[in-house]
Amino acid sequence: MIALIARDLRLAFRAGGGFGLGLVFFLILATLVPLAVGPRPTLLAPTAAGVLWLGALLACLLSLDRLFALDQEDGSLDLIATAPLPLEGVAAAKALVHWLTTGLPLTLIAPGLSLLLFLPTAAMPWLVISLALGTPALSWIGTFGAALTVGLKRGSLLLSLLVLPLYIPTLVFGAEVVRRGGEGLSVATPLALLAGITLGCIAILPFATAAALRVNLR
Amino acid sequence: MSLWEYANPRRFMALSGAALPWVWVAAAVLCTTGLVWGFFFTPEDFRMGTSVKIIYIHVPSAFIAINAWFMMLVTSLIWLIRRHHVSALAARAAAPIGLVMTVVALLTGAIWGKPMWGTYWAPDPRLMSFLILGLFYLGYIALWESIENPDSAADLTSILCLVGSVFAVLSRYAAQFWAQGLHQGASLSLDAEENISDVFWIPLVIALAGFVALFLALVLVRTRTEIRRRRLHALAVKARTA
Repeated sequence: MIALIARDLRLAFRAGGGFGLGLVFFLILATLVPLAVGPRPTLLAPTAAGVLWLGALLACLLSLDRLFALDQEDGSLDLIATAPLPLEGVAAAKALVHWLTTGLPLTLIAPGLSLLLFLPTAAMPWLVISLALGTPALSWIGTFGAALTVGLKRGSLLLSLLVLPLYIPTLVFGAEVVRRGGEGLSVATPLALLAGITLGCIAILPFATAAALRVNLR
Repeated sequence: MSLWEYANPRRFMALSGAALPWVWVAAAVLCTTGLVWGFFFTPEDFRMGTSVKIIYIHVPSAFIAINAWFMMLVTSLIWLIRRHHVSALAARAAAPIGLVMTVVALLTGAIWGKPMWGTYWAPDPRLMSFLILGLFYLGYIALWESIENPDSAADLTSILCLVGSVFAVLSRYAAQFWAQGLHQGASLSLDAEENISDVFWIPLVIALAGFVALFLALVLVRTRTEIRRRRLHALAVKARTA
């Protein structure tokens, strides 16, 4: 499992791995929103939390279709499937690598981008905390969606249609944490629910992902 | 004699073929009775006036929209556990009907909302949950359509249906968390002390039963069509290889 994680990380960081594309997308989105909405901080500040969460979600979505598709094209997915590591472990490893290469960097650059959108300073720590807690759920759900569509030729559009509705609860609770944090309200409830969704996804979804992979490798 | 004998497509075709005319008659009679009674022979609500009559389409279609997904969940489980093809085909048959019912519920709600709330759409948890339910139906149907091998399509959509059910319920509670509602509470609950008045209640229940019969009839027709299409395909393959 560690070998698989190390291999996928190397593949992601080296040339053509696509690492950083999601980050640049996130940056561009945070630049485009003020240009589209107008330069008034009073208009941008209340929507900043939602826009940043939405941007993180879309940036996660961007790199999902290559998650299994590249391995399937060159046949290494078949090799990985016949390895002693159970497919559930493969699913968890893939999701972890996806999070390390998209979710984690997104979380780290989010405070910088939140300046562009005039996010209230009080909300900034909550933005980082909610993204750190919520983006793993996005990666795990996305891995499930990628496993469903791995055999399809034009799967990436279908992938977003399947995955985006599944992202709704994470988005709602994540954005709510930042909003409440910014207004100085208690964030315990949405934070607990967000953590619950993430832990539930990490615990259960690898099984669904592995089941979908088995069907597609049949 | 057990229920599982009807998992055999031949037996299913025989039974459903015999039952279908009766289900259609029941659907026609119950829908006509419920809707005509509701539209023409009930008093007007003292606050909502004539617009209350849209309830006879709005509530039954919303009821079917939710329960069609539930039926798909059960049939998907049966397919995953016992590998009965009829079950998977029934799930496939139910999805577009559920989607249409979701759209009908949303549209009638919008038409009803304009005179009552002064707006077609409101950021309301119930409205949002229904829109999300529609998205889940769309994803499910799109996945069915895009996979060529029928067995893997049935497997993958069943897995999606199971995972989707969990997330649909989660989204419903997330939506409640997200905004305060404008929509009224449930008007038909088995455990509520007070439901709507009997004058409205009886035709509404008849319309509900009519919609259930209509749903059943449509699912049977669509499942039978799917089975026939499979047979045609098998015959065509046989003719080509012979």
